[in-house]
Amino acid sequence: MSKGYFGVHGGQFVPETLMNAIIELEEAYNTYKDDPAFNEELTYLLNEYAGRPSRLYYARHMSEDLGGAKIYLKREDLNHTGAHKINNVLGQCLLAKKMGKKRVIAETGAGQHGVATATAAALMGLECEIFMGEEDIIRQALNVYKMRLLGATVNSVTTGTATLKDAVSQTMREWTNRVSDTHYVLGSVMGPHPFPTIVRDFQAVISKEIKEQILQMEGRLPDAVLACVGGGSNAIGAFYHFIDDPDVALIGLEAAGEGADTDRTAATLTVGKMGIFHGMKSYFCQDDYGQIDPVYSISAGLDYPGIGPEHAYLKDAGRAQYYPVTDEEAVRAFEYLSKMEGIIPAIESAHALSYAMELAPKMGPDQIIVVNLSGRGDKDCVSIAKYRGESINE
Amino acid sequence: MSNIDKVFARGKAFIPFITVGDPDIETTEKLVYALEEAGSDLIELGIPFSDPTAEGPVIMGASERALQNSICTDDVFDLVQRIRKNTDIPLAFMTYANVIFSYSIERFAQRAQQAKIDAVIIPDIPFEESEEFEQIFSEFGVDFISLIAPTSRDRVKMIAQEAKGFLYCVSSLGVTGVRSSFSSNLEDLIKTVKQVRPSLPCAIGFGISNPQQAHEMAAISDGAIVGSAIVELVEQYGRDCVSKVKEFASSMKESVS
Repeated sequence: MSKGYFGVHGGQFVPETLMNAIIELEEAYNTYKDDPAFNEELTYLLNEYAGRPSRLYYARHMSEDLGGAKIYLKREDLNHTGAHKINNVLGQCLLAKKMGKKRVIAETGAGQHGVATATAAALMGLECEIFMGEEDIIRQALNVYKMRLLGATVNSVTTGTATLKDAVSQTMREWTNRVSDTHYVLGSVMGPHPFPTIVRDFQAVISKEIKEQILQMEGRLPDAVLACVGGGSNAIGAFYHFIDDPDVALIGLEAAGEGADTDRTAATLTVGKMGIFHGMKSYFCQDDYGQIDPVYSISAGLDYPGIGPEHAYLKDAGRAQYYPVTDEEAVRAFEYLSKMEGIIPAIESAHALSYAMELAPKMGPDQIIVVNLSGRGDKDCVSIAKYRGESINE
Repeated sequence: MSNIDKVFARGKAFIPFITVGDPDIETTEKLVYALEEAGSDLIELGIPFSDPTAEGPVIMGASERALQNSICTDDVFDLVQRIRKNTDIPLAFMTYANVIFSYSIERFAQRAQQAKIDAVIIPDIPFEESEEFEQIFSEFGVDFISLIAPTSRDRVKMIAQEAKGFLYCVSSLGVTGVRSSFSSNLEDLIKTVKQVRPSLPCAIGFGISNPQQAHEMAAISDGAIVGSAIVELVEQYGRDCVSKVKEFASSMKESVS
């Protein structure tokens, strides 16, 4: 009877008011996912509107400087709206249109998913409301402006820690308020079934392309694929088509904030334990009594106390490894890639780059690392400058 | 006959809700006795959760205040054990899945049984996920309460068929909190339930905030659940809320009967 489990993780832990909505969503998705017309329309949008396929770039300077494995960057930062988020929102908004929905709502942390959703809503003529933590609205003022420019309403969430987790809770509340004409465009591989599966499938285009591109360029599969993990959508997208290739190491990097051994961290798989929250059974940062911990990371996009159920399963199964990366390490990688390759990465993606910097020298020159560069870093410049003690005007 | 059955056998039920530890644990204890004296038939005790996704701002605020007082699940059980020395009034816990799951469902159910808790209401566990919880609570003689909502449609029969204790009928879309109108299909919803399970009591909750509404809701069901309106009084009057709550509860009980 229960659905959407990855091992012991997943499920559908939502109030009864939403059950028929997620059942209808699953039915619609099952109808359209194999529908040639739907897929043709989606592929057209991904290619002509969002600019796919994204490039797989050999980072020569970085590879030579680190001395070791060859490092390739999957350039999701070059997508329209500057991150991988557009892959999922184009799919979900198209699905919402097919289901006859008039309005979309979404949570956002860094603002990337909010901007992407507002973009797709503008494109497809859907009404759009975004829920964003008050703290994140301050950290990501430019993205807030963009969402409004794109015609969306941005609602400030002031409850709890006023960050991503509270934005998710508030969007769920709003969905129970107005469900019949509204689709919730969940931004990551989390929440109740069918979201973790739908979002994964829409993001799996990343690993599908990586595989084709690396086979063409190197004639072989990579030794490791690295991606940052908050909820886990860019990571699952980068991992998915390699899950059945046991020789490809899959490595997720989570935000340790000021350190996984401090209480200023968001390293869910390092410090969390099993729980039930936001519609799913998975790992969560929580206290002994199941109260969800306030989490922290310099990266608003990774500042989340849980992780998608499929990642929890991949960890349990030993198929993927997850390591914490601190603010300081991520900021160093942010600066390093900018200078070394002329690419300013999102601070989220910089967590994955940081681990690549550590891993590459331990590997041989005949080995290959692919890093999913999930987004670009323009949005982070002000806060990283501030982190380094420099004050700049936007 | 279980305690819950007895509640509804007496007539239309008035079921108030308070959050344990708001404004503090001593006041919660006094509130339970006051609510009993006001004629409440069953009292719902909310165990605070950091991120209550089915609650509106009022009950969210109560949870936050309770957690600021460092109220934890063990404190709640200790309180109920104290209360049980003074009263046998039927009690139900209302909380979120993670509070129970993290405590261990079995340990929670066992302590609930020891404290003579009659039922448990967990809004983020729908029918499809209920088995793991329902089975354990049933082993310990605690009714796992099912919810139906105006959006349940074809699910109503399936849920009613398996329901224990009473059925919690959500009055309208959205989260908890005071509202001026309710879903127009509530009567049909309850009619459907009664076709499947004529003897299953149905109580309506979410947003019932004045005697008129309580009267109307109890007229089409077996009882009215009142949360936010009481919690608002607790918020407004703090430790001095007991007499205000008692007065309000008496008027609500009267309009339900």
